[in-house]
Amino acid sequence: MTPIKIENPVIEVEDLRFYYGDSRAIHGVDIAFPEKQVTALIGPSGCGKSTLLRCFNRMNDLIDISRVEGKVLLDGQDIYDKNTDIIELRRQVGMVFQKSNPFPKSIYENVIYGLRIAGEKDKSFFDERVETSLKGAALWDEVKDRLHDSALGLSGGQMQRLCIARAIAVNPKVILMDEPCSALDPKSTARVEELIGELRENFTIIIVTHNMQQAARVSDNTAFLFEGNLIEYGLTEQLFVKPQNKQTEDYITGRFG
Amino acid sequence: MFNRTPKEMNKYWRVGEPMVWLSGAALSLTLLSAAILLLVIMVSGLGVFWPSPLQQLELKDGSLLVGMQTQVEETADHSGMRRQYKIANRDLNGLDFRWIDEAQIVSSSTPADLLVLERAEYGDFFGRLQTLEGKPASLDQLRQALHQVETARAGLSELDQRLIEISYRGEQLRLKLLKIDYHQVAANEPQRIELSAEKQAEADEFERLVKVQSERLNRIHARTAVFSDANGQQKEIVLADILKVYTPNTMSSADKARFYVAKLWELVSGEPRESNTEGGLFPAIFGTVMLIFVMSLFSFPLGVIAAVYLREYAKEGLLVRIVRIAVNNLAGIPSIVYGIFGLGFFVYGIGHSIDVVFFPERLPTPTFGTGGLLWASLTLALLTVPVVIVSTEEALGAIPREMREGSYALGATKFQTLLRVLLPMASPGIMTGLILAMARAAGEVAPLMITGVVKLAPTLPIDGNFPFLHLDRKFMHLGFHIYDIGFQSPNVEAAKPMVFVTALLLVLIVLLMSSVAIRLRNKMKKRYTFGTF
Repeated sequence: MTPIKIENPVIEVEDLRFYYGDSRAIHGVDIAFPEKQVTALIGPSGCGKSTLLRCFNRMNDLIDISRVEGKVLLDGQDIYDKNTDIIELRRQVGMVFQKSNPFPKSIYENVIYGLRIAGEKDKSFFDERVETSLKGAALWDEVKDRLHDSALGLSGGQMQRLCIARAIAVNPKVILMDEPCSALDPKSTARVEELIGELRENFTIIIVTHNMQQAARVSDNTAFLFEGNLIEYGLTEQLFVKPQNKQTEDYITGRFG
Repeated sequence: MFNRTPKEMNKYWRVGEPMVWLSGAALSLTLLSAAILLLVIMVSGLGVFWPSPLQQLELKDGSLLVGMQTQVEETADHSGMRRQYKIANRDLNGLDFRWIDEAQIVSSSTPADLLVLERAEYGDFFGRLQTLEGKPASLDQLRQALHQVETARAGLSELDQRLIEISYRGEQLRLKLLKIDYHQVAANEPQRIELSAEKQAEADEFERLVKVQSERLNRIHARTAVFSDANGQQKEIVLADILKVYTPNTMSSADKARFYVAKLWELVSGEPRESNTEGGLFPAIFGTVMLIFVMSLFSFPLGVIAAVYLREYAKEGLLVRIVRIAVNNLAGIPSIVYGIFGLGFFVYGIGHSIDVVFFPERLPTPTFGTGGLLWASLTLALLTVPVVIVSTEEALGAIPREMREGSYALGATKFQTLLRVLLPMASPGIMTGLILAMARAAGEVAPLMITGVVKLAPTLPIDGNFPFLHLDRKFMHLGFHIYDIGFQSPNVEAAKPMVFVTALLLVLIVLLMSSVAIRLRNKMKKRYTFGTF
């Protein structure tokens, strides 16, 4: 394993172990994510990459029998500390899911959902955020004339971009993406990938993907996980061209996984 | 299928063709029974008000009979047919219906001068007009006189209204005095003296108005007409008692249609008469709708909140499983058991306690400690709450996990997620539960019979007197009405058409309420769910 040198880590993970009941799903992972870069987590199904991702905004808390040991530092603060405000944490660490999940509301209301639940009431602020977020998610031109129509009338790719707009509307530091393109057609996938490239200007992005070409296309760094262990982590071009580890090589050359 | 090869037969069973046929047959059977049910009720119910010809029969013994034919059937000894006629004139004959063997009939005709009078008492009268206030008169003159009487009586309605108001005020004063008695206020207290004087004044005014009213009524009631039945027997009838006069033998189809519509309108808007066998059903319709409405007000929020707790907050475990089983079983308890519970707990328990605390001066006359709309609604709410709980739980459970996570991931609390995402998304399912609950509540009679329904309620649960909504009052209900007129009426034969009409109306109301709710649900479905599921 060749740890890479990371300047300005936004998220640092120290010896993270994750348990579902009695069985351990992540066996002590140390990893750090650099600011305003895209990091891809790859690995075969069940390797724990999604579980790891969900540790970063404490989404795993929803599972009653889960337990976390170790530290996840966001800007140096342990998010598993007793005093952490989960709601504030999730505002700083946004998430986009595998299956697009717009709420049964208008496009406008979807985008400002995060602001509304935070108690924001200013209409002009909403208007401005809706525009910037939708522009940021490359959706504005397609929906600007029907902002108050139901979001459920959008196409699959548009829905996913709406979910991205919704995530960036609250202005998070980090955006977690859990296989954001796995339910999309190639054309929509290309748009979302393009969008990820634009988003990295302003946000730190951690993306879980099954698709190694995608990881190679969109990410700056790639981490390969296998059976709950971090096997290799490095610059994307290095990892794909010259993997240091035999398992990584087997995986990216398609010998297993 | 019998000349197929074993291989073909094998395939036949494997494909499951018999199962398809069987399921198709089961569905058709269900639809058929529903259609037949509606058809029978509609045919028996809707035909009632269409005026049939008034026949005059000459019988072998020389007597005449005037009536409307209602049924034909074979005689008991199979010697021929016999017909049932409605002969009305209950005050002269003592019965409304008569069976005549066809062999007894010499001739039959439909004379144009036969009249039907709808009366406020003794049911219909079939016969001929003899004299109007002592002088021979035509039908038009009779109609004119009836119109005059009606106008005169309408002039009395203001007086009636004032009498009602005075008696209401008198009752309020009586209750105030009761309270004073209860608190043992001395006889010389100014408050008591004032109230007593006020009450006396109301009573005097009441008496004076009653005198005026009865004088004027007497004048109206002095106008009579003499009618004769088929055999010439004369009967003097007070004009004010005649509600409607018509000649079915000379009416055109258009006249009959108009008459029919007027009768239907009377049915839904009028008050019942003649121990509910005639007149309208308005109080019963009102009571039914009101009952379902108040029931929904209780069972809907209670059920939804309970389901939210069970599904979203309670930790899955033995206790929750027991609660869930209990809720499901609650739906299977016979409704009469709920009725008994309602009587024991709501009426005697809570109602009586309210009386003891708030209206002790009125005891032993109960105010809330007796059956009433509130207690009946609460009993029905209890009966229907499991339906709402189960459907709400299912609707919440059917929401994809991503929706919750999407909301949490934006920093929403559980409560915000519930309020802004989950409940709207579950609303179509919740509505389905409410529809089922309403349909079930509308169909229940047994628990109502012991928690507040009556065959004839003097007042509606809503009126112009404070607090306008009187949930302590007893009420009428279409389901109970069917039972009452069908099985408790002194004149079952005369009540029979009314039974069908009432049943039809009950079905229509349930249908109407359900379709409104279903429309609402479909609207929600469109708004809150993906079309592609």
